[in-house]
Amino acid sequence: MSLPPEGPIFLERAAYRRRRLQDAARLLPMATIVLLLVPVWLMPSALSGALGMVGLFAVWLLIVIASGLLHRRLGRPLPTEAPKDEL
Amino acid sequence: MSFDTLILAALGYVGLLFTVAWAADRAAARGRTRWTDKPIVYTLSLSVYCSAWTFYGAVGYASRSGLEFATIYLGPTIVLAGSWWGLRRLVRVSRLHRVTSVADLVSARFGKSNPLAALITLIALIAATPYLALQLQSISVSFAAFSPGDLPSGPLDGWVAVGLAVFAILFGTRNLAADERHHGVVMAIAVEAMVKLLAFIALGIWVVWGLADGPADMLARIAARAAQPDAAGWTLRPDRWTALIAVSAAALLTLPRMFQVMVIEPADETPLTSAAWAFPAYLMAMSLFVLPIAVIGKEMLPADAAPDLYVLHLPLSQGADGLALLVFLGGLSSATSMVIISTIALATMVSNHWLVPLFLALRRIDASDTAPADIRGPLLASRRIAIMAVIGAGALYQAIGGGQALAAMGTVAFVGVAQLLPAMLGGLLWRGATRKGAYAGICMGSAIWLLWVFLPSLGLRGLPDLGPVDPLAGAVFVSLGLNIACFTAVSLLTLPDPQERLQGLSFVHAVSPEATMAGGAVRPEGAVRAEALLTLARRVWGGDEALLFFRSEADRQGKSGFLPDVTASFLSRLERRLAGSMGTATAHAMLAQVAGQRQTTMSELMAVAGEAQRAKERARQLEDDSDELARTARSLQEANDRLTALSVQKDAFLGQISHELRTPMTSVRAFSELLKLPDLSPEDRERFAGIINEEATRLTRLLDDLLDLSVLESGRARLSSSVVNLHDLISRAIEASSALGSGAELRIDRDTPTEQIMVMTDADRLLQVLINLIGNARKYCDAARPVLTIRTRKLTDGTQITVMDNGSGIPAEQQDLVFEKFSRLNDPARAGGAGLGLAISREVMTALGGTITYLPGHDGAAFRLELPVRPPGLGASAETS
Repeated sequence: MSLPPEGPIFLERAAYRRRRLQDAARLLPMATIVLLLVPVWLMPSALSGALGMVGLFAVWLLIVIASGLLHRRLGRPLPTEAPKDEL
Repeated sequence: MSFDTLILAALGYVGLLFTVAWAADRAAARGRTRWTDKPIVYTLSLSVYCSAWTFYGAVGYASRSGLEFATIYLGPTIVLAGSWWGLRRLVRVSRLHRVTSVADLVSARFGKSNPLAALITLIALIAATPYLALQLQSISVSFAAFSPGDLPSGPLDGWVAVGLAVFAILFGTRNLAADERHHGVVMAIAVEAMVKLLAFIALGIWVVWGLADGPADMLARIAARAAQPDAAGWTLRPDRWTALIAVSAAALLTLPRMFQVMVIEPADETPLTSAAWAFPAYLMAMSLFVLPIAVIGKEMLPADAAPDLYVLHLPLSQGADGLALLVFLGGLSSATSMVIISTIALATMVSNHWLVPLFLALRRIDASDTAPADIRGPLLASRRIAIMAVIGAGALYQAIGGGQALAAMGTVAFVGVAQLLPAMLGGLLWRGATRKGAYAGICMGSAIWLLWVFLPSLGLRGLPDLGPVDPLAGAVFVSLGLNIACFTAVSLLTLPDPQERLQGLSFVHAVSPEATMAGGAVRPEGAVRAEALLTLARRVWGGDEALLFFRSEADRQGKSGFLPDVTASFLSRLERRLAGSMGTATAHAMLAQVAGQRQTTMSELMAVAGEAQRAKERARQLEDDSDELARTARSLQEANDRLTALSVQKDAFLGQISHELRTPMTSVRAFSELLKLPDLSPEDRERFAGIINEEATRLTRLLDDLLDLSVLESGRARLSSSVVNLHDLISRAIEASSALGSGAELRIDRDTPTEQIMVMTDADRLLQVLINLIGNARKYCDAARPVLTIRTRKLTDGTQITVMDNGSGIPAEQQDLVFEKFSRLNDPARAGGAGLGLAISREVMTALGGTITYLPGHDGAAFRLELPVRPPGLGASAETS
């Protein structure tokens, strides 16, 4: 694989972390789809009652928490542009 | 609880909503949007997704099909989880183009085509009307649940519809701002969202901990219910599960009301980072108690009770009137918020894509028309007519139809609007998507939806028989699959027109449309056009706002006053502002009429591409040029320095040469005077004559040198080529220069064997150079034991002679000057010559086709002579001469 043509090849720590967070945010919907669909494909009847409800809401809660953590951190401004109000 | 109390509570609640909406609108009008811009308000406004279908219908759905009801909320959860790279982009592009609806977005992407927008409006309207009817019906049946049973519902339904229409008109069409934000409506929706969530959770807690014995007991009851023989529908079916999740995810993006709150209402995409987790959490909270309520309702209520109304019948049957009232208000909130937003969104589409184009077609807006015909009136009127028409259609549908389970209608609407997704998503991600492809995909998908889902849901047709696959899931897969296939295939086969390609570039790469326009070329009749445009804008926005916009545009161009030049980028911005009021396609058509804007042609598109390419090239050239300039400036600076130094030298030399000429002349005159004396001894006479002769010789040499130099410089020097042995030449030079010797004895270091090189050159001239170099070393070498090193080398393309002494050499700042005429080292006292030796040497070497260079970095002064194999201008004949 060739190196990216523009921009620095290596990033400082904060920017690097942010890139990886963005990667994770891209993966999140994929993971959500897999978690929600595959169990029902594999064993629909076992998940139809109380077990299904517990499992479904556990997964749902997990997604909400993961999404919350990711998007909160992504929503934060980069540390380099933070000290704006100190003018 | 009396029915009158209920009516009073409902009216009071509606009054509260009017107040909230009014207050928020007022604050926004004063520029305070602090509250409506809060992410929490945005998230709560998204909950318009949870209509009465959720509030009443989810329990009914769950009691029939168990956990499957959750699919409707899982699809949005997936979309919101991916909001960082999906929704954010959608919102950003939509805000960039100021689209007003989902139809506007798709039509703007595919070349601002109004027919496409009109088609999408039609589909959305077909899908939404039964859905709206369902909301009105839910309000009506929830009233009925409280009534003694013989209440005639007709007039009440009518009043509900009228009340909703009034709200929508009051807060949805107050003004024709340049965007479609409705702060009052959004605020009211947010309040309603909280009410419905509170109501549903209160009911759930009451059911789980009041009627059942806590979560563990509840789970046991759910398990028992799932095991009962009449709960066959509870078994999850993977095909339906997948299809419904896919459809609900698609519907979240394409439902007109969801597009309105999610994309149109926010100021920008920042609240999405909060909504990404808060909205799924809201949906989860709304879904958490659905199954428990369904199970307990089935257990405790009579078998003939409608599952869709369990949420009301449960508290009523247990005498919990207060809770029942809260639940009623929650249901009312769900229904009204959905109806209001849907109506506003659909009315915008109907008005922008059906009524206004019709209006404009009937009454052409003429640029020369100076009568103050206001378009605002007709525009707002068309919105209001559309609102009434949409709500009226829903009410009419409810009056003649009705009676279906709530859940079915919701799914039907979802599958219908999901058909818009391929064109929308494809348009945003793929530049190759074309309008014809969008038509093909939408038509194909919608046709299958109408035949397999919509008509069967009205009981007008049977469901398709798809063997083992569930009919709904099958219809979803087939319709979406063929939709995507047609969209892709036709896009691949057809050519987009230039306007489409411009828009495609702007949408896919989220670049501002004017960035893709060709430069800022002023169109002809600029001032006239600008005035006409201002008139047009005033008619749409009213005087002040139009003037404000035009002034800021003039400012941007650096002009004073209110009339900017009519450039392509100004037109693009004006068109987008207008699009915020009347839709992209309409604004485009209107500007085309007034500004005389022609269709974008292929050659213009190519010009844009060329322009961009040239701009890129110019930027690069500028960079190169500035490098080049820096280099030139540096060499000019050096030349200037040299010239200055030389000029100083020349001045000094003129003084020197006058002195040099004067000294011998003076002694010649003085001694010739002496010779005149009568009583002079022969010895003295002899001596004086000698001195005169010597001085005259010096003068002659100086003049010879100057003459020689001028001949060499003018290129008139005659060279006679011959073959000589370098060793002999150097020996002769040393011998000849020894006469000039002064100071300490110079030791010559030679490498005799390598000197045996035959060179073809003008021997006398080369000898002159060598004598000069060796003589210089004799004269100027200031070492205690001066040593002159002479080295020769035979190269493939010539001969190299290096002459170096071991003195202090030439200072760095003077190395540049030694070969200049009249240049002499600082110490004129030691200089015997006029400073022409090295200058002559350089001219000679140049005439011989070689070079003489000063070699820095040695102990003393070092010069290198380079000679070519044969001098220039001498053909083979020279060898024979």
